[in-house]
Amino acid sequence: MATIKIRAKEKDGVTTVKALMTHPMESGLRKDSKSGGMIPAHFIQEVVCEVGGKMVMNAHWSGGVSKNPYLSFKFDGGKGETLKLTWTDNQGKSDSIEEAIG
Amino acid sequence: MNELRRLIIKGSVAAGTLGVAVGAGLLVPGRVLAAWPDKAFGQKKMEDALTTLLGSAEMTESAEISIKAPEIAENGAVVPVTVTAAMAGVESITIAAPNNPAPLVASFDLADGAHGYASTRIKMGKSGDVIAVVKAGGKLYTAKKGVKVTIGGCGG
Repeated sequence: MATIKIRAKEKDGVTTVKALMTHPMESGLRKDSKSGGMIPAHFIQEVVCEVGGKMVMNAHWSGGVSKNPYLSFKFDGGKGETLKLTWTDNQGKSDSIEEAIG
Repeated sequence: MNELRRLIIKGSVAAGTLGVAVGAGLLVPGRVLAAWPDKAFGQKKMEDALTTLLGSAEMTESAEISIKAPEIAENGAVVPVTVTAAMAGVESITIAAPNNPAPLVASFDLADGAHGYASTRIKMGKSGDVIAVVKAGGKLYTAKKGVKVTIGGCGG
């Protein structure tokens, strides 16, 4: 199941990446209205983006990032290369996607 | 089942190597690449969080940083925030909301070639400032923008 939707576009030598991930992003600070207990924390901790095997962006997140997180960033170059985006959450799950920069 | 087993095996191997590297003094804990800074994210006060994450909370206000966020957020669970830093040599962009129970929201390490630009969506428990801290050339710069939240984002 793909949890990442991504778009990477190069224009005038600058690549803009937009990514949308599917994730509950539970901060661990929220109460379950039915049981009254706390909902355990479950959020993406790290997002890494590599282009041609080289790291471009490395994000560290807390549970303060919204559910189904959106992320956008820009970098120089990238034309014709392949971009790899990987997320890892606090429960050790992860997913990644590769996308050709168009 | 198989997937779970593989994950556990992979996880334990990775943890083992990291432990050895830390033990040998090759890597300083807290500065290990790809390690999530749990101490910084666990801080309740923004100054403490920034000091833990960036090594200092001494910042200069800068007009070169612009924060794009709504003045009134109808839903605190989803507040779009875009930070643009115009200065050269941006190393990282950190986004914090001091009124949140855990003020540190997100931090983006930017490699050479990456622009001083990061956009995401954050949760805000109540009205307050969104703070952006930009590290450039070893110095910290900051800017803030007030956001009024009409419905809280932390469940309440």
